[in-house]
Amino acid sequence: MEHYLNIFIKSIFIDNMIFAFFLGMCSFLAVSKNVKTAVGLGVAVIFVLLITVPVNFLVEKYLLRKGALIWLGESFGDVDLSFLTFMVFIAVIAAMVQLVEMVVEKFSPALYNSLGIFLPLIAVNCAILGAALFMQEREYENVLEATTFGVGSGIGWMLAIVGLAAIREKMRYSNVPAPLRGLGITFILTGLMAIAFMGFMGIKL
Amino acid sequence: MSDHQREPMFSAKSLKFFTAPLADNNPITVQVLGICSALAVTVKLKPAIVMALSVTIVTAVSNLVISAMRKYIPDRIRIIVQLVVIATMVILVDQLLKAYMFDVSKQLSVFVGLIITNCILMGRLEAFAMANKPWPSFIDGLGNGAGYGLILIVVAFTRELFGSGTIYGYPIMEKIGAFRVGYENNGMIILPPMALILVGLIIWFHRSRNKSLIEKN
Repeated sequence: MEHYLNIFIKSIFIDNMIFAFFLGMCSFLAVSKNVKTAVGLGVAVIFVLLITVPVNFLVEKYLLRKGALIWLGESFGDVDLSFLTFMVFIAVIAAMVQLVEMVVEKFSPALYNSLGIFLPLIAVNCAILGAALFMQEREYENVLEATTFGVGSGIGWMLAIVGLAAIREKMRYSNVPAPLRGLGITFILTGLMAIAFMGFMGIKL
Repeated sequence: MSDHQREPMFSAKSLKFFTAPLADNNPITVQVLGICSALAVTVKLKPAIVMALSVTIVTAVSNLVISAMRKYIPDRIRIIVQLVVIATMVILVDQLLKAYMFDVSKQLSVFVGLIITNCILMGRLEAFAMANKPWPSFIDGLGNGAGYGLILIVVAFTRELFGSGTIYGYPIMEKIGAFRVGYENNGMIILPPMALILVGLIIWFHRSRNKSLIEKN
């Protein structure tokens, strides 16, 4: 249990998707103008990570890894499909996002209306593919570990975007030099937030 | 392509597709595309240059391919088609890097794979290649890759010089004797947050030179 808590806290604060790896920056900068939409996008990212990371974990374990196809029979023991990783992961993500969109639309129109516009955007969000690739690189042992990592990363991402959106709402009352307005100051703000987040570094559970 | 149009291959118009993204329409500082990877690979100059080259090649070639197929791609599934073309190119680049530059490939780790979701690619495919002829699309891809690479190299140069005192691995600060007069490397600048702040400063500089880019609010 402690082990999972460790992965969870680590993926939220220490290995934060945005502040440590800059993943999902494009939508992070574009959709952080007000808190309400930021929360919507954040929830959508958590949701998609919760589904795609475990699915990609299973695909990696039973299809792509060297020797993964052994369940098909002895002769498949040394087949190595790992060069197909990128293609398969991105296809899985695109397909899952489409599926999630359809399911949500059918069963919860209210949720669909609040997430709807963000879901297709997320298929090409680097944070989603990044989480899948980090999951592969860090060699998590079972589905539960991978899921914990996925959800943790999502929460970390949401924390960051909601925080930045809140600061940007307040920035409207500050007197920023004209050339720095908009994008420039947002970059510097994100940098300062990242410095604050570095305070979590070294925490061990 | 350009034959029956009687347009020279390097006309002023197609040259403009190349030069515009270098400054006034820079993918990073103006279009806000492809920032994810731009920041993470800029601790040292060498991975930054490799990354810039990879992105340029992938952007240019996938622009070319998509532009050549643009009339045959059904509108509804165009995102999937674009992703497949991009992913194929990225797999090729990744395998080449693994074969010939293994150390750099290890340093770049997941960021080569993340070229697939680099917004520059999707952005240029959607905005340019789907509506233009193959040759201008190719030039546009080259230009955007170069504009992206330019920022990458400026940031990486600054971070490597002041962070580790080297340029492309050459210990410049030690050779000119800066350490003997009390100079020290700034460890702060190697850390991820400084990449963000540096790009912020570049944007500041860029927009104070080019007033038309200043945002309203």
